[in-house]
Amino acid sequence: MKAVLEARGLYKRYPKAAANAVDGLSLSVREGSCFGLLGPNGAGKTTTVEMLEGILAPDAGEILYRGAPAGIEFRERTGIQFQDTALQDHLTVRELLDLFGALYPRRLSEAELVKLCDLGELLDRDPEKLSGGQRQRALLALALVNDPDIVFLDEPTTGLDPQARRNFWDLARQIKARGKTVLLTTHYMEEAYALCDEVAIVDKGRIIAQGAPDTLLKKHFDGVVIELPKADFKAPPGGVRGEIVERGEITELLTNEVEAALEELRRGGSSLAHLRVRPRTLEDLFLALTGRELRE
Amino acid sequence: MMRRFWAVLVGRNKEFLRDRGALGWNLLFPFFVVFGMAFAFSGKGQDVFKVGVVGEVSALPPGFSATKHLKFVAFGEKAEALGKLRHHQLDMLVSPGRPLVYFVNDASPKGYLVEKILLGTDAAAFAPVREAVEGRPIRYVDWLVSGLLSMNMMFSALFGVGYTLVRYRKNGVLKRLRATPLRAVEFLAAQVASRLLLIMGVFAVVYHGSDYFLRFQRLGSLLDLYLIFALGSACLISLGLLVAARVRSEELAGGVLNMLSWPMMFLSGVWFSLEGAPRGLRLFADMMPLTHLIDAARAVMTEGATLSQVAPHLYVLGGMTALFLAVGAYTFRWD
Repeated sequence: MKAVLEARGLYKRYPKAAANAVDGLSLSVREGSCFGLLGPNGAGKTTTVEMLEGILAPDAGEILYRGAPAGIEFRERTGIQFQDTALQDHLTVRELLDLFGALYPRRLSEAELVKLCDLGELLDRDPEKLSGGQRQRALLALALVNDPDIVFLDEPTTGLDPQARRNFWDLARQIKARGKTVLLTTHYMEEAYALCDEVAIVDKGRIIAQGAPDTLLKKHFDGVVIELPKADFKAPPGGVRGEIVERGEITELLTNEVEAALEELRRGGSSLAHLRVRPRTLEDLFLALTGRELRE
Repeated sequence: MMRRFWAVLVGRNKEFLRDRGALGWNLLFPFFVVFGMAFAFSGKGQDVFKVGVVGEVSALPPGFSATKHLKFVAFGEKAEALGKLRHHQLDMLVSPGRPLVYFVNDASPKGYLVEKILLGTDAAAFAPVREAVEGRPIRYVDWLVSGLLSMNMMFSALFGVGYTLVRYRKNGVLKRLRATPLRAVEFLAAQVASRLLLIMGVFAVVYHGSDYFLRFQRLGSLLDLYLIFALGSACLISLGLLVAARVRSEELAGGVLNMLSWPMMFLSGVWFSLEGAPRGLRLFADMMPLTHLIDAARAVMTEGATLSQVAPHLYVLGGMTALFLAVGAYTFRWD
């Protein structure tokens, strides 16, 4: 499938900053896919996505929408949910939908938006008085009001409780099911894993790994993680097959030979009563690629 | 184009009208000022007697012109002076010569006294001829009300638009709108229109509300007055827009707006006439839109001027509006 949105060699440095916020970043988003920009806070995700949205001008590089520089049509065909969206005071959700809907040549009907974003009882309420999850749904409806081809979601679930987050993921999947291209930024690896067809892991303004989540994990890892409480772990004298990583109160053993490694641990005197085995995640990948935790 | 403009206009109006505190304050404050001033200056007359002279003061009989506590003001045109006499801004008008013709307003007690004085001096030897005029006095509040309403407009225009835009920019409302096809000029036009509607609505309520109790003397046409105030507030709103075109900090915007509004409040003739002020001060005052608004509105109120008579002020206001709008829209930043 062809690229609906492409960025080539983007650079951006903020005044007085010591380093580039975005440092030679290129990417290409396929039509109808969900593309995730993944990285810790301050990695340059929001700067990147705001340049793609046309909100921020890059210092260098070019952005192409369907192969040509983005013009007024791009504004009409995109929907944006910012990380922090402020709205006019004293307007209800319904009035905001009408206001924003009137700014576009075509709009989704209120009924469709209500169904799509589960707005039912929220329409006549003030967005300021909604819970986090409700507010994000209302903002999502504003981003979809023009029935866009591309939807930008910048950290849409940051600050939401796990239940609200999962509900939001369901909505995002529905949007994708309508054939829309979704560009998502997040610092939750499980969110990227749950929603994205393709992820780009961003650190210090550059993409350090890119691909489908499973492909990425397979490419970098071959095996699983064995977790033990730190107190239960005793290093076998003869060593153990795999790499040992300490994470707070947990000791992790990264290995691709589970049975042999477990046998060595047991013989070395470690207690396996509280053992957990889990697959490698994008979180592990970030740690492996940068030597840093994703959420520090 | 119109649809986007209209949507933003309606949204902004709702936002303002539902902010009960701000709306109440915008309506009540000008009432307080007008009534407060009317009360404070009621019944307070001039301390000296003012006598207008058609032609040269030196042509008056010397004994009369030497009278203490009479202030003589020379007028080139009799019609203008008669107008002032009708509204008690002069206590008498004298046309020197023989016969000496003098005009008094029968409704003015001070006119009666000055007449007695005149006839008790050497002027009595110049075959004085009495001519009477009629007219209600123009009180200080009639003179003041144009200035007070203009001043209130200035604050509402400068801070209402300037502050709102800076707040929108700071909290990200502008950023969200920028992500839509809305153009800057559509957005700004809607802001100006919304504030203009509000200001003229408040003006109508306050003017007619105060008029009900205070019975203003308005010599010119009400329609002209409305047109002048609409143009003046458009000019002041544009100035607010210009200040807020790029500023991100509410403190900075507040400082600049104060720096603009305070000199205008005191030096544009809200409280006292600039007729006798030093030339430098008058030149400075002429650079302020409020001066032109007040001069034009006051001329309609107290002198019965028509639009063509105050045209120079209207040209200045129109020109300033165009300039402020153009520069404001050109330099406008969403972020």
